[in-house]
Amino acid sequence: MSPGWTDRLTAGLHRTRARVGDSISQLIGRGPDLGAEFWDGLVDTLVAADMGGAASVEIVDALRSRARRDGLPDADAVRSALADLVASELITSPDPFALTPVTVLFVGVNGTGKTTSVGKIAAEAAAQGRRVVVGSADTYRAAAIEQLHVWTDRAGVPVVERERGTDPASVVFETLAQAREVEADMVLVDTAGRLHTSADLMEQLRKVQRVAKGQSAFPVRCVLVLDATTGQNGLAQARAFDEALGLDAIVLTKLDGTARGGIAVAASRELRLPIVRIGVGESLDDLQSFQALEFAQALVGA
Amino acid sequence: MFENLTERLQGVFSKLTGRGKLSEAEIDAAMREVRMALLEADVNFTVVKDFVARVRERAVGADVLRSLTPGQTVVKIVLDELTALMGTSESRLAFSGRVPNVVMLVGLQGSGKTTAAAKLANLVRKQGRRPLMVACDVYRPAAIEQLVTLGRELDIPVHRGEPGEDPVAIARAGVKEAVATMRDVVLIDTAGRLHVDEEMMAEAASIRDAVHPDQVLMVVDAMTGQDAVASASAFSERVDFDGVVVTKMDGDARGGAALSVRTVTGKPIKFVGTGEKLDALEPFHPDRMARRILGMGDVVSLIEKAQESVADAEAAELEKRIRSADFTLDDFLSQLQQVRKMGSLQDVLGMIPGLGRMDRSAMAEAGLDEGALDRTQAIILSMSAQERRKPQVINGQRRVRIARGSGTSVQEVNRLLDQFTQTKKLMRRMQSGKARFGGPKGMPF
Repeated sequence: MSPGWTDRLTAGLHRTRARVGDSISQLIGRGPDLGAEFWDGLVDTLVAADMGGAASVEIVDALRSRARRDGLPDADAVRSALADLVASELITSPDPFALTPVTVLFVGVNGTGKTTSVGKIAAEAAAQGRRVVVGSADTYRAAAIEQLHVWTDRAGVPVVERERGTDPASVVFETLAQAREVEADMVLVDTAGRLHTSADLMEQLRKVQRVAKGQSAFPVRCVLVLDATTGQNGLAQARAFDEALGLDAIVLTKLDGTARGGIAVAASRELRLPIVRIGVGESLDDLQSFQALEFAQALVGA
Repeated sequence: MFENLTERLQGVFSKLTGRGKLSEAEIDAAMREVRMALLEADVNFTVVKDFVARVRERAVGADVLRSLTPGQTVVKIVLDELTALMGTSESRLAFSGRVPNVVMLVGLQGSGKTTAAAKLANLVRKQGRRPLMVACDVYRPAAIEQLVTLGRELDIPVHRGEPGEDPVAIARAGVKEAVATMRDVVLIDTAGRLHVDEEMMAEAASIRDAVHPDQVLMVVDAMTGQDAVASASAFSERVDFDGVVVTKMDGDARGGAALSVRTVTGKPIKFVGTGEKLDALEPFHPDRMARRILGMGDVVSLIEKAQESVADAEAAELEKRIRSADFTLDDFLSQLQQVRKMGSLQDVLGMIPGLGRMDRSAMAEAGLDEGALDRTQAIILSMSAQERRKPQVINGQRRVRIARGSGTSVQEVNRLLDQFTQTKKLMRRMQSGKARFGGPKGMPF
């Protein structure tokens, strides 16, 4: 864990905490006599964090019976019990970026921040002394290659790029060839954003994965990049990418807005996927490792 | 996991058969389902609350109590109220008499502003205008290159600033360039922002003050969750906008964010982005959006898509051939290709009510898989012209050759030929009026 991690997370999640915390405090401020209205309000709070209607009801029901059973005395106790409950739904390991050597494919729908995440993780790993090679396999979006190039320049790591329109699998092939040549121990591959409902594009991604597995002696991992502002569709995304590729982890981006990222809880919970990084800012080192309890506490304002 | 609202309510009301009255508890149960359906569609929870209260008021009214199908009646009330909330269809860009007309796009990071700018430019050009795009996102690496590349693809000019130039100056210079080069519409792409970023908000506001756009459009990702309300209000307060473009509607997101934004800001939704291609921008239809949020399919879009994909003359010709039972494998192939032009099977099925969320495995189970269509196409394409006209000449040897040519097996070739013979037989019977069309009497379709 890097120094000041909690501070950064706290700052990044400040608004999250303020909003959710305030509304819970308000609710909890009503005293020990917690009526139906209180519990409904708690459901709303979780729903507002994008945890989903059904999941929120379930979590609050569980909290409710725990409160009864344990005779939770006051507002703070309910609050920290809620944080515990949310945290218990989350897993944080294994972290594919901790493997040496490893090849990691970054996948996700359009606009979630895959390219930026690749850049940030490349910089982090390079700073730790790992030999990183980045592959620019988003050959579809206009200027995606240029965008990644800016990031890898900042990080000072080599990037393999081909013309726009090139078969992404061939970019991966060459990336792995270069990785062998320079004796890299980490290969990060940016892929084009695609809607999980597009069968053709998902098939293309499977091919990229096949080539990566065939060409690499490294274990190949697949990481879903999920935008914290995403609503319930995030679950459909996670399911579809998991079904097509077998996901290994989630990177949650854009937590620095007012978005609360509850959809990551839903996805992690259902698919048993660890959340391994969260994006809490715009600068190169703002992608942080993930701590379930701290995240949950920030989320429910405990 | 998500059933549509009709099914949910049918479940709630299933025990009602034969009784004439809804109890308070049944209404409550129904409203809980309405609430869950809307939350699952990402409609903001405060918007949901108000909405459900309104629906409830109408639902306890006499019309439901007297109805024989209370489930359907409640769905109809929900649909009506939702459609009304979506506002009227106002999808044209209201151009003023000013030349050039300036349209500015704002929105969160990754919502699809740059692509939307290019799609809008393409659209207004189709309407006979001469657009110019202006790249003001100087922050995201390569954002300007992205717009320039899209401009090149569309053959629409893009104004870009000098390195280090400030976005306000770029916007101003862009408008000037439009005047100088006789362009009558200017589309300004701005930097994406997390709406809490005060600095960027201020920048958008100063671009607005500098160029006085005729329209400011906020671009909203259809997948956005509860936070849509927060960002829309922030943009509404700080920059103010006139309308909304909802992007990424080609996925399976229900798009409840659109309803939230519309309700909270009162600003109309003008366009929806429905695909990666640069012509995939469609006018907004409130009723379709309402059905989509409720997971009720979109038959109208399907019909329109079919009309677009099948040229009228072609369709008439095909129909004549079917009627004359002079139907060959060539016709079969072109029919297949026309269906596929409408989009992937999953897209097309998604528009049929009740099939809304058929996933890949469900499709495979139903024998509907994209790969099977590919193989069928390959088999027919591996036949000679004579074979396609007269499949009866296809003997064992030819079957082996066709299977090899199409990368399939003889069994698959056999199956296709059998199916084709059956279809043809059926057509002959239809011709002679022996076949019964449609399902049992009284079906709605």
